[in-house]
Amino acid sequence: MTQSDSSNTDNLMMGERSPLEKTLDNGFKWLTFAFALSIGLILISIAVIIAVGAFPAIKQFNFSFFTNSNWNPVTDQYGVIAVIYGTMVSSLIALIVAIPLGVGAAIFLSEDFIPEQIRTVLVFLVELLAAIPSVVYGLWGIFVLIPITTVFGTWLHDNFGWFPLFSTTPAGPSMLPAGIVLSIMILPIIIAISRDSLASLPPDLRQASLGLGATRWETIFRVLIPAAISGIMGGIMLALGRAMGETMAATMIIGNSNRLSISILDPANTIASLIANQFAEASGLQISALMYAGLVLMLLTLIVNILAEYIVNQVKAKYE
Amino acid sequence: MITTTIGSLKKKSSSPRVILGTIMTALSGLCMILTLIPLIAVLFFVFVQGFSRLNIDLFTQLPPPPGLDEGGLANAIIGTLVVVGIAVILAVPIGVLTAVYLSEFSHGNKFATSIRFATNVLSGVPSIIAGIFAFGLLVSSGIVGFSAIAGGVALAVLMLPTIIRTTDEALKIVPQEIRWAALGVGAYNYQTVVQIVLPAALPGIVTGVTLAIARAAGETAPLIFTALFSNFWPNVSPQGLVEPIATLSVLVYNFAILPFKPQQELAWAGSLILVFLVLATSIIARLATRRKVY
Repeated sequence: MTQSDSSNTDNLMMGERSPLEKTLDNGFKWLTFAFALSIGLILISIAVIIAVGAFPAIKQFNFSFFTNSNWNPVTDQYGVIAVIYGTMVSSLIALIVAIPLGVGAAIFLSEDFIPEQIRTVLVFLVELLAAIPSVVYGLWGIFVLIPITTVFGTWLHDNFGWFPLFSTTPAGPSMLPAGIVLSIMILPIIIAISRDSLASLPPDLRQASLGLGATRWETIFRVLIPAAISGIMGGIMLALGRAMGETMAATMIIGNSNRLSISILDPANTIASLIANQFAEASGLQISALMYAGLVLMLLTLIVNILAEYIVNQVKAKYE
Repeated sequence: MITTTIGSLKKKSSSPRVILGTIMTALSGLCMILTLIPLIAVLFFVFVQGFSRLNIDLFTQLPPPPGLDEGGLANAIIGTLVVVGIAVILAVPIGVLTAVYLSEFSHGNKFATSIRFATNVLSGVPSIIAGIFAFGLLVSSGIVGFSAIAGGVALAVLMLPTIIRTTDEALKIVPQEIRWAALGVGAYNYQTVVQIVLPAALPGIVTGVTLAIARAAGETAPLIFTALFSNFWPNVSPQGLVEPIATLSVLVYNFAILPFKPQQELAWAGSLILVFLVLATSIIARLATRRKVY
């Protein structure tokens, strides 16, 4: 033991390294490299496995999958136009509610309207909003939100029933409460990224504007927001990606009807909730069709997310 | 009147510009309040509804048959621990070592850039897609069937991006000097990383892993067709890992849509446990990151 210790010291002084240690060192490097590589492989295998699973349905339906609104496991006829409409419209409702609230809150948190400590608490609460499990939002939605939106929806229908979006009488689960729950779930992303984009602007911009005699809000509207707009847009895109892929809250509230209806007061369905609802009990071609739908969802969110990341990186590059 | 306006640098509080500013300030404050209302509403209902059902039985007994009272959700609590445990065993080594490669050995090469990009893409993958992936990889291929393992794999995929990112960040904060110091006294790269850098970054890594665990415990979508659900106690032998297993989040989902009051109460109680988990980990994580090693 002592001998090997002393020989180690000798090696150190000579600047030589034992072959075993050298192998260990290289081995460790290669091990970390292999794990890093596995991340790429996981991503690729997700795409491959879903594409392979979807293949029978792709062969069977091809593009009629996107023009057909009939989803019928009994006759093995599948089409996704209704659920794509549901995904798009529920995400759109979420964005319409969440963008003004989120950007407003982000401005409120990035300016010094209130003391630093209170702001830290508010930022923590917003993060908490993002961490609440979506199934809890779903449960809350069923018992608290749906009764409220049904009252609101009835009012909408009574007063604006001539408008196609409000043409049916609400009976509970529908696109409207689902969109609202989605908006709650994407608010934290919009707030966090908008706040980051506003905070990363160089202080000279603000000082120059204030120095010219602009008020704080003139500075915000004419200088800060235009300068941060691409970051804010990137955040909104990321939020859109999240809203399209969000599953549980939507599934529990949207009503899971595969019938295509224009009205947002009617029960509807999204791609994600269609999969969540049917996958466990599906068999044969239905599994394949659900995987096809999953592939569509994955491609949609992938495009939106990559676009979002590109936009956000653009802003970072501009001011760093 | 005109002279005072010109003479003073102060904006008059009655000028339309200032009034507009005040209105906008109020509006942005209102946005902040409206944002927090759902959070408070969710927390309020979960605590009120869940608390009334909180008792010892909740943690020691099986769920009651539909319509009957009493019982608990012990099997779902155990199931969540098992499934999340499997996910942690899979995701932590992969995630931490990937981050070690990215921050210690890659020197910012193209491969590292693409792996960081892949991590970001992975974090944007909807959770239900991770479920289909685990299903296709393990269940439909016949390797294990609906099981705790399949559920764990799906959750691990979802935990990976968080672990990689937080570890990457935590490693970046470790001062370069201590690496030089370690290498300077003759340490190998792996010794520097394993004995010096990783321990220094440990608080940040643990925080990231804890947050990822809290997130994964609440995930439902990937579990409803990988781990499925079970109304019974999980099998204690290793056989239990390849059988369908109950989890808290799936229990909340299944019971929320049942028309029976006792089941709905259990759903609220399950939500309370999940929310408490998230709340506790967020606060602990916040306190842990405050302490710095260097």
